[in-house]
Amino acid sequence: MNINEIIPRLNEVFRDVFGDPSISVTPDTTSADIEDWDSIEHINLIGAVESEFGMRFKMREVSGMKNVGEMINIIQERGK
Amino acid sequence: MKELDFPFDGNEIMRKKLALRKKMLSDGTARLKKKIAVLGGSTTSHVVAALELFLLNFGIEPVFYQSEYNKFFEDALFGSKELDSFSPDIIYIHTTSRNLTMLPDDPAEIPQQAETRLNEQFSVFKQVWESLSQRFSCPIIQNNFELPLCRRTGSYDGWGTAGHAAFINRMNVMLSDYARSRSSFYINDINYLSAVCGLEKWHDPEAWYLYKYAMSTSVIPDLAYSIACIIKSVYGKNHKVIDLDLDNTLWGGVIGDDGQEGIEIGQETPVGQSFAEFQSFIKGYKNFGVLLAVCSKNDKENALLGLEHPFGVLKPQDFVSIKANWLPKDQNIADSANELSLGADSFVFIDDNPAECAIIEGQLPMVKTISFSDVHEAMYKLSRGGYFEVTAVSADDIRRSEMYAANAQRTALQKSFASYEEYLISLEMNAVICGFEPVYIQRITQLTNKSNQFNLTTRRYTENEIRDLSSDSGHICLCGQLSDKFGDNGIVSVVIGRINGSQLDIELWLMSCRVLKRDMELAMLDELVRLARLRGIDRINGYYYKTAKNSMVAELYGSFGFELDNRSENGDSVWHMNIDSYKKKNKVINVKDKEK
Repeated sequence: MNINEIIPRLNEVFRDVFGDPSISVTPDTTSADIEDWDSIEHINLIGAVESEFGMRFKMREVSGMKNVGEMINIIQERGK
Repeated sequence: MKELDFPFDGNEIMRKKLALRKKMLSDGTARLKKKIAVLGGSTTSHVVAALELFLLNFGIEPVFYQSEYNKFFEDALFGSKELDSFSPDIIYIHTTSRNLTMLPDDPAEIPQQAETRLNEQFSVFKQVWESLSQRFSCPIIQNNFELPLCRRTGSYDGWGTAGHAAFINRMNVMLSDYARSRSSFYINDINYLSAVCGLEKWHDPEAWYLYKYAMSTSVIPDLAYSIACIIKSVYGKNHKVIDLDLDNTLWGGVIGDDGQEGIEIGQETPVGQSFAEFQSFIKGYKNFGVLLAVCSKNDKENALLGLEHPFGVLKPQDFVSIKANWLPKDQNIADSANELSLGADSFVFIDDNPAECAIIEGQLPMVKTISFSDVHEAMYKLSRGGYFEVTAVSADDIRRSEMYAANAQRTALQKSFASYEEYLISLEMNAVICGFEPVYIQRITQLTNKSNQFNLTTRRYTENEIRDLSSDSGHICLCGQLSDKFGDNGIVSVVIGRINGSQLDIELWLMSCRVLKRDMELAMLDELVRLARLRGIDRINGYYYKTAKNSMVAELYGSFGFELDNRSENGDSVWHMNIDSYKKKNKVINVKDKEK
């Protein structure tokens, strides 16, 4: 899947999870850029991304992703 | 809200939880506010988030206290300032098999050792419950335990001394035994939930190691829904009526076309068997106090012909209302609700035709609808929907259907009398009015939580509060039971007055709508005045707090002869009566002393 297909779907997930329709993510977006992105919402975000793209993150990936770009890389590899 | 009704999409709910919450909080619904303490043996944040949504959808607005991670034991036994000052209305203990610390491992262990181990494990939880009951005396909800995914020894794990599954099964039996011996203690059956979701889906070790969730986050909405059903049942928010279509719902075929001998019901054919099982399943609800009704597009005589089928399980007399005609079904449901003095929001409607369900959803959105392609799907949706979640079975629940049927007979009788008083006398009514006796406490609590129309202050009480009031010398508490020649209505009225020097403030006055216009309120007032005089009281103060549902009693105190002291802009009013010259008002009910 190419990045241009992923980003719009990812944006919808982020907007729902953080309740903010103005969010627009880029590969450089990190948790510091989104106010409510704390460890609890991270769990919710991971679950929502997994169900959107029909895939699962590995344990190391969940705790190791530094920015949205790394998330996109994993989705490109395994997402549907 | 449709998204939160069973069957729901758990992933979608969690993803959109912020938007759903916002939408419900701003929809103008008046909700019951409740403080819920969640004491966890694992992470609870998602559980609380999902629980909040389902409770809001059930008409309850919760605020939460959450224990620190895995501090359920410490919070319960040693207390915490935050929990004490939170003062919960209800406590949910979210523990799972991850919190079992004494699972057996040694195949050489002798049975006595295994027994001791089990008792020790149980006593950890028992200490938690007893300590919490002493500290807070509020309802407690406790998870039981889910089976493990991996069984080292295969089936033997379920029955051998060293088996984890065997240990868990026995713990669950001990929990159930305990729950039955207590009131206000409820089991949230995650043993069933994990099985119905599938243990492979339920267990998620990654969620445990990453976030310390004791189950997959994908099943947390199922868990939360189950807890929400128990809570709304405790607060009297269950549905009350199953309203059923007939053709292809209670039997196979169309009675008007196929005739009595042509419809399929009973043991003769596979299809007939499935409908017979469905009828038995529905009839079982009646035994728990759920009312059954029919709403069918048929001629009445055909409908009755079908219900009188010799192999049918449900008979015409099982239903409190049978609407078989060609009117729109939403109108029939609204009419049934009126006749039974119930809100349409008490109805669950079952019809094989999704178009009929869609019309009801459009016209009467407060009615829950179930459509299905085979009756077993309807059974599953009806039971998992939790509309009739049982948390206590009172004697009144078991007899409710008879009482409503007797009401129908009374209405028929009323038509043949010259005056209303003559009719009331002919009912040969007997009342017993007494204090809050222990056997009535459950029913009294239930009434305080579900009476909305004939209720002056709409104050809600927990079972423990009612129990405390029953022996409190600072209050006068009365409950009244009414029977007549058609049957016993059970406890139908509750009055609580707080003694304030030589005055009595009426904090609660309610009556069940099933005995409206029977002068029971006058018999209650007579007894209240009699007791008040014995306590040296010379003035009674009445309060009316207006809600969306209680306008029928706005002038009740006026009709009693109270004087109006004040009426606020919001519709509330304050009244008083000096009782030195009070004369008995009830002339039609024979009030008996409590039978010893």
